[in-house]
Amino acid sequence: MSAVGVGRQTQPEIDPTADRLGFQSLMGGHGLQQNEPLIFELAGDDPALWAKTGVDLPVDPEAEDVSDLTGLVRTAPLGLPGLSEPEAVRHYVRLSQKNHAIDLALYPLGSCTMKHNPRLNEAMARLPGLSDIHPLQPQSTVQGSIALMHEVGRWLSVLTGMPAVALPPRAGAHGELCGLLAIRAAHEARGNARKVVLVPTSAHGTNPATAALAGYGVVEVAQTVDGRVDIKDLASKLDPEVAAVMVTNPNTCGLFEREAIEIARLTHTAGAYFYGDGANFNAIVGRIRPGDLGVDAMHINLHKTFSTPHGGGGPGAGPVALSAALAPYAPKPWIVADGDGLRLEESDAGDSLGRMAAFHGQMGMFTRAYAYMLSHGADGLAQVAQDAVLNANYVKARLKGVLSAPFDGPCMHEALFDDSWLEGTGVSTLDFAKALIDEGFHPMTMYFPLVVHGAMLIEPTETESRAELDRFCDAVLALAQAAKAGDRARFTQAPHLAPLRRLDETQAARKPQLRWMTVAR
Amino acid sequence: MRYLPLTDQDRAQMLGVIGAADIDALFCDAPREALLDGLVDLPRHAGELEVRRALESLAARNRPAGAGPFFCGAGAYRHHIPSSVDHLIQRSEFLTSYTPYQPEISQGTLQALYEFQTQVCGLTGMDVANASLYDGSNAAAEGVMMAARITGRHKAVLSGGLHPHYAQTIQTLAKAAGIEVFAQPLAFDAEGAVADAIDGETACVVVQTPNIFGTATDITAIAEAAHAAGALLICVTTEVLSLALLKSPGEMGADIVAAEGASLAGPLNFGGPYLGLFAANQTFLRQMPGRLCGQTVDADGKRGFVLTLSTREQHIRREKATSNVCTNSGLVALAFTMHLTLLGQTGLHDLAALNHAKARRLARAMAAVRGVEVLTPRFFNEIAVRLPRPAAPVVEALAQDGILAGVPVSRLAPGFDGVLLMAATETSTEADIETVAQAIAGALS
Repeated sequence: MSAVGVGRQTQPEIDPTADRLGFQSLMGGHGLQQNEPLIFELAGDDPALWAKTGVDLPVDPEAEDVSDLTGLVRTAPLGLPGLSEPEAVRHYVRLSQKNHAIDLALYPLGSCTMKHNPRLNEAMARLPGLSDIHPLQPQSTVQGSIALMHEVGRWLSVLTGMPAVALPPRAGAHGELCGLLAIRAAHEARGNARKVVLVPTSAHGTNPATAALAGYGVVEVAQTVDGRVDIKDLASKLDPEVAAVMVTNPNTCGLFEREAIEIARLTHTAGAYFYGDGANFNAIVGRIRPGDLGVDAMHINLHKTFSTPHGGGGPGAGPVALSAALAPYAPKPWIVADGDGLRLEESDAGDSLGRMAAFHGQMGMFTRAYAYMLSHGADGLAQVAQDAVLNANYVKARLKGVLSAPFDGPCMHEALFDDSWLEGTGVSTLDFAKALIDEGFHPMTMYFPLVVHGAMLIEPTETESRAELDRFCDAVLALAQAAKAGDRARFTQAPHLAPLRRLDETQAARKPQLRWMTVAR
Repeated sequence: MRYLPLTDQDRAQMLGVIGAADIDALFCDAPREALLDGLVDLPRHAGELEVRRALESLAARNRPAGAGPFFCGAGAYRHHIPSSVDHLIQRSEFLTSYTPYQPEISQGTLQALYEFQTQVCGLTGMDVANASLYDGSNAAAEGVMMAARITGRHKAVLSGGLHPHYAQTIQTLAKAAGIEVFAQPLAFDAEGAVADAIDGETACVVVQTPNIFGTATDITAIAEAAHAAGALLICVTTEVLSLALLKSPGEMGADIVAAEGASLAGPLNFGGPYLGLFAANQTFLRQMPGRLCGQTVDADGKRGFVLTLSTREQHIRREKATSNVCTNSGLVALAFTMHLTLLGQTGLHDLAALNHAKARRLARAMAAVRGVEVLTPRFFNEIAVRLPRPAAPVVEALAQDGILAGVPVSRLAPGFDGVLLMAATETSTEADIETVAQAIAGALS
């Protein structure tokens, strides 16, 4: 099927949803979609009467005796309702049905990498031998977990071509901070922490925010007309106060930084370090090693490349690969070989940048990522990168005759479009994205990267079949045709068929209401 | 390959649509010398059966907490989580959704976050709570940086009862942000000394209750001393369940609360992923880190929820953001909320009281062991005991007999070799308590 072929498809003359839109149930029901109140409302309006509980606890006659806690016992009400198990289960299942999910349909959020989450990973993370383990048990009793962490580090080291991996960071942004603090420690060891981090205009917001948190000023580096780092601008800004250059590669325009090796050379010549944001590592895993490009530090979002679930916003995990120059500054704990076994080195003494969190790392995420690594192996991971890039280019090829792509040539794992093709339609990128919801898809990433006007960034990932890609492209092209045909209300009023219509975000910010309160209060 | 839907035929046809000779042609922008010729030196792909076997053999080399008497705490507490919780968080729509940036198709996550924030406010006695941070230690560090922004001061005083991992985390993050940290020496009942360290340059005081030795303290006077000096009080709690029985930080005058919520959300997980609870007074709302979920209406006037006040956050404010945090601990927060919804205030109180009762039984049993001294004057579910010899080898010896007796303080900080931290929860049976006391007595004799 080609883009041209789809362009000939015509809209049905009668919108099959029209009847449903006009139909009203008697009590406000929506078929399978339930109107679900908050737990506080389900429990009734008077918190004083919230006595119900959905658990049966053992009775201990000693439990009523708090005489040893004189003056310390809570008198203020908790104000928290309880529900029986059937009520609670139903409540959260009903809520779940108001979410889009990768298990329902393609979720083309560029730069976020919504790929299939294998359920084997979930099962393995729940083995009692791996989950029911205390972080401070004697190390002799947790050799399996320490070995698992060691193996995850070894796989990441081989895949990045970098000698050391710091496992403690809890998420991508935490990993960025780890990398920049290691860089800061390395500079300080030479007597000068330096003052500035160079960040391209197309970078994720976490890059400049992290640089600021690490105590550095941020200077932006311009982008060329072909969507890459402007190397002349970079060279002109690389002075002795530059501590690091942060570059995402492939970048947020979905393009490989062709001059990556030269960027590394210039950066190192200036005595600075090359931080590679690994948010898009999934495009090159098994095919290109960042270490071969001269990268000194790179975080890896396990929830992107290695399929740990996004879980509605977390938890993530952000191990950081480090060059030999930065390895001595890695955060504690370290894993060290000790006789026949492995040992967690927990003391924060020495050159280490210190501790970034309590305990050892996102163990549950390591287990999932390790199951994914073993499942794919060296051959499968290379295929992951290849299929991710193939799928993105296929989407780009199918859409580029209708949507406008700001950059020519092949993309990596995500296809970027701007909004110039919507000019004169009265439809914005936001409207177009919301209309995709009515077609059963999650919108693409919008208005990011900031360097492209009205950006639409589409990342299908390798776990989409060709049929699902076609279904998505057909929907985008049909919508494009409708936009150009002047069907404005389809877009500006969208979504029509979601659990809710467009939400008033301005009101939410102007009069913040961040918790439920009784009317009486 | 079971997770990759494309067939070779698909790939060939798709390359035809793209107009590329092969997939490598799509990698043409990468330096030729960087593109690997073959595969990296790692094993090839494996089926479910083989992967399961590999992971199970690693699991078999661990001794799970549930395999026998278990008394470890020190910031990670083992509670029974109702079966329905883990079932519910594995619903596809919760497990495999992204951050709820498109609220029209994310009301499930958003409404649960709104319930979560309300529950955290109730437990902590604070006005506002965010949608969670990575863990308790990072919540504490974010609190310190927030206090520095609010006060314009750059000095943080840490109580000697603060979990050493938390103190180290604050050191690491605050140092980068240009905040000077004054950590008081570790002590069993350290909170009284902290007020003396506050001066006119102090941005905040960080106090933990119950503290690392299990000691519970009314911190009202510390809050007053901090406020008198223009500083903020950050209250840390590493066992969230204690808030159901003990006076809330809000009642005691805390400005910011940073707590570890993982114990009520899921398994111990060897320390992660955990759940950073973060709450504050309304006045400081716009200086808070992390995501916030708020109520609003849709175009038809129906109530709905959105992520809000995002002008604080990195994706809008970049280097001027209140924090670099992007993710929250979403799914762990969801599990926490589900468990609290099952418990309700009745179950929460009863569970907390039960934990306290178990710890009292444990303290009595340990006090009866010759040569052992219970050090914690007022406790919730954890006590510190002094053994007449270094605790770590005793713990190691008992572990070989299948008993996990607790956490030696030497694992966390130097100078307390004989001190052992022991936590009891509803999962500790009377037989377990008897067994551990006898085993320690045996090891000491």
